[in-house]
Amino acid sequence: MAKFICFMIIVILAPLLFEGGYIMNVLVFAGINTMLAIALNLLLGYAGQISLGHAGFFGIGAYLSGIMTTVFNLNPWFVISAASVATGLFAFLLGFPVLKLKGHYLAMATLGLGIIIYIIFNETIDYTGGPSGLSGIPQLSVGSFVFDSDIRNYYLVWGVTVVIMLLALNLSESRVGRALRAIHDSEIAARVVGINTRLLKVQIFAVSAMISSVAGSLYAHSVTFISPASFGFNFSVELLTMVVIGGLGSIYGSFLGALLLTLLPEFLRGANDYDIVIYGALLMLMLMFMPGGLARGIPELLNRFKNSLKGSGNA
Amino acid sequence: MQFDQLLQFFLSGVATGAIYALIGIGFSIIYNSTGIINFAQGEFVMLGGLLALSFTELLKLPLWAAIPCAIAVSTLVGALFERLAIRPLRRPTPINLVIITIGGSILIRGISMLIWGKDTHALPPFSGEEPVIIGGATVMPQHIWIVGITLLLISINKFYFFHTISGKAMRACAYNRRAAGLVGIDVRRMVLFSFIISSAFGSVAGIIVAPLTMTAYDVGVMLGLKGFCAAIIGGMSSGMATVAGGLLLGILESMGAGLISSGYKDAISFIILLLILFFRPQGLFGKSESERV
Repeated sequence: MAKFICFMIIVILAPLLFEGGYIMNVLVFAGINTMLAIALNLLLGYAGQISLGHAGFFGIGAYLSGIMTTVFNLNPWFVISAASVATGLFAFLLGFPVLKLKGHYLAMATLGLGIIIYIIFNETIDYTGGPSGLSGIPQLSVGSFVFDSDIRNYYLVWGVTVVIMLLALNLSESRVGRALRAIHDSEIAARVVGINTRLLKVQIFAVSAMISSVAGSLYAHSVTFISPASFGFNFSVELLTMVVIGGLGSIYGSFLGALLLTLLPEFLRGANDYDIVIYGALLMLMLMFMPGGLARGIPELLNRFKNSLKGSGNA
Repeated sequence: MQFDQLLQFFLSGVATGAIYALIGIGFSIIYNSTGIINFAQGEFVMLGGLLALSFTELLKLPLWAAIPCAIAVSTLVGALFERLAIRPLRRPTPINLVIITIGGSILIRGISMLIWGKDTHALPPFSGEEPVIIGGATVMPQHIWIVGITLLLISINKFYFFHTISGKAMRACAYNRRAAGLVGIDVRRMVLFSFIISSAFGSVAGIIVAPLTMTAYDVGVMLGLKGFCAAIIGGMSSGMATVAGGLLLGILESMGAGLISSGYKDAISFIILLLILFFRPQGLFGKSESERV
């Protein structure tokens, strides 16, 4: 709990440091990416099921929000919830055949799924605008209060992120969370102790897709312009990198990973082309030298450092 | 719909299918000896094409000399990848292997982008651009090269796996790694070999397809996935089943692009991939196996 309160205070106070600056805009994206990283981590870190197609669910949320509010003039808040339910249902139905697969095959199937969704965004030009994108998506508003500045969007996005984080933390400490970890360790053993592994995997896949869809809707409304390029395979890999860097199975880790990977390109501006090289190198190095991610790797390093200090003190 | 046109789609499908088959065999060879799906396989296809281009344009080598050099360099990259990334991995669970090979693939792609830029490049065709007419359909000489080289490589592959000691040792690893180790086969060396062979296969595929479709730093993703699709249809065999899978995929894709819509061309192969994975994960031609605990 202490950790969570610390986290809340940081989230609430952060804008005081950066107010008005360009960095506020980046922090809005950091919030959206944190939601997505948590969503993927529930699936990958807890249940041990990989997905390389999560950018697709993110995109479905964004496009449903974009199309329903611009073309059909529906209420944006209603669309966000409806889109999330629809994406969840889609993932639930799809989950039965997809999550029957394991390891490499699962990775390839979700990858294929993500690419099919991406191709559909590109080809259904009448609705999505195709490769040139969809613009003019309205900003969210409550009454006459419009979320039209970075700071307002910041509190909106992070408000939702904090709620999702709380739910995810709660889930991971619950019976369901323990069942998911059991599946991670050995699916057969989990089945033996009476966990309906098949259903549970599909359910967590659907929940993960729902969170991604909400993140997509918020993205569409805060940027007001979307194009397929944001929802391709590369973004799925970026999400994977966030989760791995932060630490598989650690919710706070996902926050760290998302924050780091969102801020990184800003520090490397000018060297824009290098970021793909850095993602690749980071993924490989983390997996080889810090397989627990930052969330577990940093305390481990600190411990080792402390121990070595003690060791030299005794000698 | 005229017969000529169908024949045209069929013949160009065969040529792209041959490419998918070569890439797919690369996937199967590594999978069979290590249980790894190498997500970086497509990058070797890209490397083959771009390296051949650099050897012809920068070093002014003739094509017949540039090609072996390009294959040698990409094979070296494949060997290094195995030694530096795969072998030192502390916990080689399937998910970690997926992530590390994806990391490797992005790294190779990113470095290639820095070296060759984002433009598309074309390699000159091996023997002119005078089309050959076969029964009303036009075929580029490059198509014939592709099919010929694929056939040649598959025969060599067959010979290697069934008639040489190291090929037989690799097959032994595929059946049972521990048993292979017990009879004195150096399993780690066989793993290295499998990466060498499959990156060589991938780079050849990349070189022979480059004159036809152009090449760029990012062609590896799609070509790699389609090759994987071919291997899945063939049940991850490193023989004729994967070749059949590649040809089937190439022909369906070319027919689909011609008759239905070219925008959805790539979607066709992924829908086939999903259907096969859902309903016949053992491949179209394989028998199902029970799960071992």
